[in-house]
Amino acid sequence: MLDLTYESPKPKLISGATGEWELVIGMEVHAQVSTKAKLFSGASTQFGAEPNSNVSFIDAGMPGMLPVINEGCVAQAVRTGLGLKAAINLHSAFDRKNYFYPDLPQGYQISQLYHPIVGEGEVLVELGDGKARLVRIERIHLEQDAGKSIHDMDPSLSFVDLNRTGVALMEIISRPDIRGPEEAAAYVLKLRQIMRYLGTCDGNMQNGNLRADVNVSVCRPGDYERYMESQDFSHLGTRCEIKNMNSMRFIQQAIEYEARRQIALLEDGKSVTQETRLFDAEKGETRSMRSKEEAHDYRYFPDPDLLPLEIEQAWVDDIEASLPELPDAKKARFIADYGLSDYDASVLTAEHESAAYFEEVAAASDGKLAANWVLNELFGRLKRDGDKAITESPMTPAQLGGIIGLIVKGDISGKIAKDLFEIVYTEGGDPSVIVEERGMRQVTDTGAIEAAVDEVIAANPAQVEKARANPKLAGWFVGQVMKATGGKANPKAVNEIVSAKLGL
Amino acid sequence: MSIDEGTAARVAKLARIQVAPERLPALAEEFSAILGFIEQLNEVDVDGVEPMVSVTPMRLKRREDVVTDGGQQKAVLANAPDAREGFFAVPKVVE
Repeated sequence: MLDLTYESPKPKLISGATGEWELVIGMEVHAQVSTKAKLFSGASTQFGAEPNSNVSFIDAGMPGMLPVINEGCVAQAVRTGLGLKAAINLHSAFDRKNYFYPDLPQGYQISQLYHPIVGEGEVLVELGDGKARLVRIERIHLEQDAGKSIHDMDPSLSFVDLNRTGVALMEIISRPDIRGPEEAAAYVLKLRQIMRYLGTCDGNMQNGNLRADVNVSVCRPGDYERYMESQDFSHLGTRCEIKNMNSMRFIQQAIEYEARRQIALLEDGKSVTQETRLFDAEKGETRSMRSKEEAHDYRYFPDPDLLPLEIEQAWVDDIEASLPELPDAKKARFIADYGLSDYDASVLTAEHESAAYFEEVAAASDGKLAANWVLNELFGRLKRDGDKAITESPMTPAQLGGIIGLIVKGDISGKIAKDLFEIVYTEGGDPSVIVEERGMRQVTDTGAIEAAVDEVIAANPAQVEKARANPKLAGWFVGQVMKATGGKANPKAVNEIVSAKLGL
Repeated sequence: MSIDEGTAARVAKLARIQVAPERLPALAEEFSAILGFIEQLNEVDVDGVEPMVSVTPMRLKRREDVVTDGGQQKAVLANAPDAREGFFAVPKVVE
């Protein structure tokens, strides 16, 4: 793999009354595993179904029901682990995390506290300007999602839908290596990008596919380096956990608010209490989730319904062999092979569908031109067209490649190409056929251009005088000739002929 | 290890089982007896012995990723004390 070199960014500094503070952030990202059926039952994972229709008796916590693990979920967790360059544990096991809530009919969540399926890995989080943070992954475990409670349908009742109950989640736990709100959002985005490449999580934050708990603490400059050297947490401040956020903006706002709250407490001579907090998006602040405190005794124990999960190295190897090219490698290759800028390569590889589209266009034409046309023209056009995704583009890569090919060959000018782009986008068709049928071919025939230039010169003697006195005005003639030829004349040829005829 | 009444009350609360105060001493004693038995088991030296998770050597049973269940809203809601518009209806629980 081609490696790009990055510099670690400085941590975000917050100035308090008594000096500067740094942020230390660790995250727990809950990613819904993309599979057809749930983790331990055969009910569908489809989002948006009728309430309580994707529910088996296992999910509903009926007595006597036994969970049977979905091998597809295990494969997806392994795939995700491999994508994050993590260790895969051939032996893992399931535990029960006990608590009561209306959307948890079993009275416990099946999770993997003691023996997770995926061990240590890492994620490179790019932050622009050649900066990137390497965030260490501590572990990934498989667990069941809970159902959904709806509180606004009745004044005195909560409504419970168990469709999500038992859907597989991967909980991805990072080390406290994230040093600012922007980095936290970029980290979630990078995880999302990798999982979308892998096809292991749809990453639709609005549907709750991807949710994050954020652990925030503050420390003085130098403390974090002491922690990194010793891995001793006592160098870091007391952390608070902000639960269940499903928007990049909220994650950043919550961290910002929480850091300032903790700094204010510490500078006031008080101390931070380790606790779970909720982010109130309306007020833009975090508040204590007191009710969770006493329930924090989850009384974990190994799930007696499930034997340990043993997987074979050969099976893991097969999954590894089927991994697609991942974002970092793809981006590095785009920069090396197509001569793209770091920024252009980042945008094109953000979604693997865009990257695939670009590569098809580039194969049919030219890398740099393809990047320009996809990024500037196509993305812009799709945005104006009801914010369509690249997969919904009415223009195929072959068509766009065809248009660019015509520019490269000199058959059409850049200006005509834009008109042609619009025609192909709205009407479809083969670009080269359209160019022939509608007479859009660039006039490179110097005889025809000369005739047009002669005509313009003959009709405008006054302008000719002016242009001879001030050669910069020759541009006016070029414009007139382009107009007369309907933009089809080769601009370079027109320039040369105008200069020659005017004797400049 | 002996369990006091406070711990017994806490365990009952975490399990959402109502225990009248006069029954707590007996419950605490029962817990203590169970733990005493476990402590006795702990005396067996199991150093170097693999934990046995199954009496017969068995592999965890797996399913393929195929939808085989669901589509039974009525049955799922049949035992609910209150259900409306396809949802379970429960006393308001909101943070």
